[in-house]
Amino acid sequence: MSMPFYVPAEQMMKDKADFARRNIARAKALAALFYADGILICAENPSSTLHKVSEIYDRIAFAGAGKYNEYDRLRIAGVRHADLKGYSFSREDVDAQSLANAYAQMLGDVFTHEIKPMEVEIVVAEVGADAGGDRLFHIFYDGTVVDEDGFTVLGGEAEAIAARLQETYQPGLALDAALRASVAALAGPARTLAPSELEAAVLTRDNGRRAFRRLSDEVTRTALAGGEAMVEAAPEVPPVAEATPAVPESAEAAPAADGEPDARQAPDGSGEGD
Amino acid sequence: MTLPFFPAGDDPGPSFLEILKRAGSEPDWADLPRELQPHELTHGTTVAAIRYADGVVMAGDRRATAGNFISHRTMEKVFPADRHSGVAIAGAAGPAVEMVKLFQLQLEHYEKVEGAELSLEGKANQLAQMVRGHLPAALQGFAVVPLFAGYDTKRGTGRLFEYDVTGGRYEESDFAATGSGSMHAGTVIKIGYKPDLDRDAAVELAINALFQAADEDAATGGPDLVRGIYPVVATITADGFARLEDEDIATRFRALLERLSIPGSTTSVGVRPTANDGGAGR
Repeated sequence: MSMPFYVPAEQMMKDKADFARRNIARAKALAALFYADGILICAENPSSTLHKVSEIYDRIAFAGAGKYNEYDRLRIAGVRHADLKGYSFSREDVDAQSLANAYAQMLGDVFTHEIKPMEVEIVVAEVGADAGGDRLFHIFYDGTVVDEDGFTVLGGEAEAIAARLQETYQPGLALDAALRASVAALAGPARTLAPSELEAAVLTRDNGRRAFRRLSDEVTRTALAGGEAMVEAAPEVPPVAEATPAVPESAEAAPAADGEPDARQAPDGSGEGD
Repeated sequence: MTLPFFPAGDDPGPSFLEILKRAGSEPDWADLPRELQPHELTHGTTVAAIRYADGVVMAGDRRATAGNFISHRTMEKVFPADRHSGVAIAGAAGPAVEMVKLFQLQLEHYEKVEGAELSLEGKANQLAQMVRGHLPAALQGFAVVPLFAGYDTKRGTGRLFEYDVTGGRYEESDFAATGSGSMHAGTVIKIGYKPDLDRDAAVELAINALFQAADEDAATGGPDLVRGIYPVVATITADGFARLEDEDIATRFRALLERLSIPGSTTSVGVRPTANDGGAGR
């Protein structure tokens, strides 16, 4: 028969934190950084189908390191949160800060109340109308949120990679330079990473309503070889219905909305012109 | 707002409508008061879609009416559904625009959650389900009858779909029109249609059809030269949904009016422009 033992809260938190940290430290790392036209997220990821970096909303991206099923669940919850909020209010009311807070609450709750904390670290990035509006929120397994300025690194060996990136990073880098800096930092001095082992995506400031673009292996290869990286101009995504001139709710429905049969309408069917 | 998190066995999947239902904010058209008198189904509008060599042209007039009253002159009835498809609406304006908004969200939501776009067939079926769900309101007089058209990236061709109020989905091979002026617009297109029209000819045919529909149907708005309001025309090709510039449409309408004008018509009474232009798809 099992006996409940008293475990001090301090010890329990420490054990959970150690568990999460240990497992996140085994994950492949990713770096997110501001560059001249927006935000670049570059991850070491040998899979071309299981993404670490994804689109959440028009100007918001998500990236996770750690246990795939856990951060993918967080990603989908984020898409749902953003789409619901945009539908209930307006697309411009969806912002990274509120999403980061929601994630923080979630991760904090799980860390405190569940037996097992989530073995993930995530980043929520938002590209603004100008460089001053760019946001990068790094959220840890226990719900700690850090508002990063410039760049952040998640996953295994994050500190060493961040130290390497610190040396090459500067504000306003071109995309190819930013890509080279982050890949070099992720790889370290002892190895090189091929484009097929990388997953890179950007949020670009002037690329239409949906700012998220994945960078193809070809683009990454060109940039790593010292060439200029061009973000593919995907077919423009036109604005959504709500962005068009407002339509009065009553336009066609007005007569019946009064709860009265439409007297102006000829009953013989000649009133097709409603 | 809390983060929508669901247990694995109770996950709503990639459907935005299902999420709305769980959040309790789904528009419930079935909940309209029963004592409301059903009245004649009306859709005062003309929208049309024509398949051509590179894809599909969609066009729609700008008028919204309430009985004999013109309630809105700049309403848009042709919308992008996503990159490679568009939706045009006829029917009660409020529910129709709401349906388009939900449809756009549904497609985008699916794409983000699943990481891949729905097939064009899947999109057309999704819209059919939404129209079907709207049937109770349609029977109360708030019908929504959309047209759906898109570029099928897998087949490399434009495709178009018509609907009825019950959610019936009918794929048309060449062209489709809906709304109160659809008979007139449809006839013009039928006469002027040829397989593999080029873009210019397809746009001209759509413009001609809308003009003739507006000429015969009071609820369809024609070109408004006084205010500079012209029907919306858009093309959907492999390059995506693109709306024609207002200036381009204005020029085409002015040329059409020029061709149709009867010499000395300013003094004649009871003479109206005819379809002698033939809609030859110039």
